[in-house]
Amino acid sequence: MADLTPDTQVPKAPAPRPGALRGFLESDVGWSFRHSPVAIVSLIVVVILVCGAVFAPWIAPHNPFDPSTLNLMNGFSAPMQPNAFTGEVFWLGTDDQGRDVFSTILYGLRISLFVGFAAVMLALVLGITLGLLAGYLGGWTETMIMRLADVQLTFPAILVAMLIFGIAKGVIPIEYRDQMAIWVLILAIGLSDWVQFARVVRGATLVEKNREYVAAARLIGRTGPAIMVRHILPNVLSPVLVIATISLALAIIAEATLSFLGIGAPPTQPSLGTLIRIGQGFLFSGEWWILFFPAATLLALALSVNLLGDWLRDALNPKLR
Amino acid sequence: MLAYIIRRVFQSLLVLLIVGLIAFSMFRFVGDPIDNMLGQERTMEDIDRLRDQLGLNDPFVVQYWNFLTGAMQGDFGMSYRQGRPVAEILLERAPATLELAGVSALFAIVFGIGFGVLTAIRRDGVLANVVMTVSLIGVSLPTFLIGILLIYIFSVELGWLPSFGRGEVVRVGSWWTTGFLTESGLKALILPSITLGLYQMTLIMRLVRSEMLEVLRQDYIRFARARGLRERSVNFRHALKNTMVPVITVTGLQLGSIIAFAIITETVFQWPGVGLLFINAIQFVDIPVMAAYLMLISVMFVGINLIVDLLYVAIDPRLRADTTARAK
Amino acid sequence: MADRVQGISSRLREGTAHKPAAPDGGTDKPVLSLRDLVVEIPTRYGVLRPVDGVSYDISAGEILGVVGESGAGKSMAGNAVIGLLDPPARIASGQVRLNGESIESLPRSEMRRLRGKQIGMVFQDPLTSLNPLLPIGEQLAETIQEHLPVTRREARARALAGLEEVGIPGAADRLDSYPHEFSGGMRQRVVIALALCAEPCMLIADEPTTALDVSVQAQIIALLKRLCRERGMAVMLVTHDMGVIAEAADRVAVMYAGRLAEIGPVADVLTAPRHPYTYGLMGSTPLAARGQRRLNQIPGAMPRLGHMPEGCAFHPRCPKAAPACSQSVPQPVVMGDGHLAACHFPMTVEPQEAAQ
Repeated sequence: MADLTPDTQVPKAPAPRPGALRGFLESDVGWSFRHSPVAIVSLIVVVILVCGAVFAPWIAPHNPFDPSTLNLMNGFSAPMQPNAFTGEVFWLGTDDQGRDVFSTILYGLRISLFVGFAAVMLALVLGITLGLLAGYLGGWTETMIMRLADVQLTFPAILVAMLIFGIAKGVIPIEYRDQMAIWVLILAIGLSDWVQFARVVRGATLVEKNREYVAAARLIGRTGPAIMVRHILPNVLSPVLVIATISLALAIIAEATLSFLGIGAPPTQPSLGTLIRIGQGFLFSGEWWILFFPAATLLALALSVNLLGDWLRDALNPKLR
Repeated sequence: MLAYIIRRVFQSLLVLLIVGLIAFSMFRFVGDPIDNMLGQERTMEDIDRLRDQLGLNDPFVVQYWNFLTGAMQGDFGMSYRQGRPVAEILLERAPATLELAGVSALFAIVFGIGFGVLTAIRRDGVLANVVMTVSLIGVSLPTFLIGILLIYIFSVELGWLPSFGRGEVVRVGSWWTTGFLTESGLKALILPSITLGLYQMTLIMRLVRSEMLEVLRQDYIRFARARGLRERSVNFRHALKNTMVPVITVTGLQLGSIIAFAIITETVFQWPGVGLLFINAIQFVDIPVMAAYLMLISVMFVGINLIVDLLYVAIDPRLRADTTARAK
Repeated sequence: MADRVQGISSRLREGTAHKPAAPDGGTDKPVLSLRDLVVEIPTRYGVLRPVDGVSYDISAGEILGVVGESGAGKSMAGNAVIGLLDPPARIASGQVRLNGESIESLPRSEMRRLRGKQIGMVFQDPLTSLNPLLPIGEQLAETIQEHLPVTRREARARALAGLEEVGIPGAADRLDSYPHEFSGGMRQRVVIALALCAEPCMLIADEPTTALDVSVQAQIIALLKRLCRERGMAVMLVTHDMGVIAEAADRVAVMYAGRLAEIGPVADVLTAPRHPYTYGLMGSTPLAARGQRRLNQIPGAMPRLGHMPEGCAFHPRCPKAAPACSQSVPQPVVMGDGHLAACHFPMTVEPQEAAQ
């Protein structure tokens, strides 16, 4: 009976063509978007947060990492209340060192989002490449790649990321560790998350490999891989997009978790997770805002990206399970 | 059947061997343990003596062999940081993690299956909708934020439950310590268990729900209804049992994750378990502890996977007949 | 209107007098009678009517074949009778009478007690109709104990008897077998045993042979016929297969787009169809006995539920359509002994001539 309701008449994975963005709002996905308040609100929240992060240097009232603008006297100002010593007002208050919480959040968002996006890009490129290789070459290459994927899947991604982080930390000399921390994070999270992409791409490749046009292309002297890439990538675009969106939420949470645990972004370059770690120390002493606002920001970001991913999966309805 | 089990055991051993290789590689090639153990003021003699002591001057194969045989006997070397045998440290902390993980798993399974069935059967009920909405937020919430939130509500504001530590523990047997026997120990378990179990609970719940809805659409459920069986019998005897087949796999894997995610919960609540030890090991690049933890957790994961596979066979009669078809 | 239908149905029953009487002496009252049954599905595009004013009777010991294309509403009517319509589908009006009592608006719990006990149902696919995780004896005993006041031991004994009755070889050894250990045909026998284990007086068989091998189909049909005669059950045999109808049914009801097109004794309807749709259906069915050289097809497709044409639903495809056909819905008209057709311009030609 459910077949009669329009919600389920939304497209079964329409193969998106390059340049299809133009007709987005008229398309089926666009229709589903316009009729999903959750998706609209989520997108708005994400856009606001991304803008805040990108334009942080222009929006933020202070640069929290420029010690010359800091005044220790401003420490522990409550939100919206004039500081007892300097009379300055901070929207979201200040932390123990007098840093404006609003500004630290904007800069923290920058790092969180950068790490998240970069990690997903790494996972995406790695996953697609390995998936194509496994599907196209077959044989022991495929066995190796997919075995590795299986072994890695046995363990939760966050554990793999921690391990990679730990190893990287061991490899990098002490004096460079803080500088490199962000890149190590990206590497760790990216490497822990490629499997899903690889699986989808491999599946699609196996299907396409036996299609006639590949054989035909070979006959006229084209190399298989070049054609495969051109034909397979458009086919897997929608599932990859969905996985990427959900991965982004996971990557942001993973980064925050690692930083919260003290094995991610260092205090000199705090991400949202680092800020929450710092704020937790003031949980019992009453300065709730140092913890609350970064946590709320992280929650809003993770939740809206997640909801967006959920909506996208339903709208594109690829076979993802 | 026997062939299937042997095959699975063999696969498990293979995974363990790969993990062992990774652990050994870490052990051998990552960083210079001497750097970590000796600090800046050191003499060449100190370094040489320590290298000899740790066996770092032996040939590669010998080291690998020593590592493997050592690991088999529970010898994971000395912690760089604490200078004590890793096995001893792990053993000391294992009970805390295992008790926490056990209670969390129980919580996740009981409530996950319960809520899953409830939301599937009463799809349009108010309670079902509330549970589903909360679960969506639950999936998006990072574990550590849940922990902090619970601490804020129940420790800071209400002051009912402790915010850190294990409370008072009682020694049982030669090395096991338990928090189950004291009031403070039980109280201390509540918040960390919920924190750790909540995410798994949501996952199990959503899975049970979607599987149950799928099963309820099947012909044999229709047929059971057409024979006039009671709703209770249809839902629980016919539907739930069929739902359990896929649920057991995922739940089993989730139990493994609980032990891994305990790292986060233990950090939030300063729970003196293996996870906290692992985090500290990463912070201080204490490779032997990291390697040992990796080995230990792999054994657990692989063991759980194996048990899940066997349970699978026990529940589904079709697999007893042709097990080869299952093993992809 | 009701009077008229009553009158028609009494004539229908006269038409069925040639078949063997039911063992219990053959009561005059039909086991099942539908009167103007309407099933509706409210959607946001409007109300759909998959079953639209259907009336027919089934007597004890009689098999009524209900035939039509997929989506004609034949299964939906069966589901309505047994009270298993998937929401939001519901019985909007009309009556379903079982042994003279209206059951269309019984409360859920009473309807449940009726299912299995009074009305059994067999589904299309025996591979998916049985719970894969329970031994078949278990499923049988469970159903028997649900409806009959017997001990577990007696229930098992009855389960065994039931399996023997449907012809499972070595039934005693197979009580504890799981469904996957049976072949498709054997599974359908198990399904039939399950549907009949509480001795219902009415059986709805929804495409019981469609998913089976051809060689097995005949066995299942023979089994259904035998059980119908022996137990004096009323059987509603829903199918799209004219061959099955010819083989098994005493009477046949042809449905089109939710309405009854034609109903009557099998021999009459198959050899001398009066409704152009039935005629077309016969022409498109390979029946070797009729010596056809080639198959004819009915042009076009059945209208979708939301786009029902005015008047006779068949008129856009009907070779004999006239202006009147698109204006009023034709009512069933008596064509012969218990033979009715809902057509403004019923066929008069002999099908043998037409098929040449």
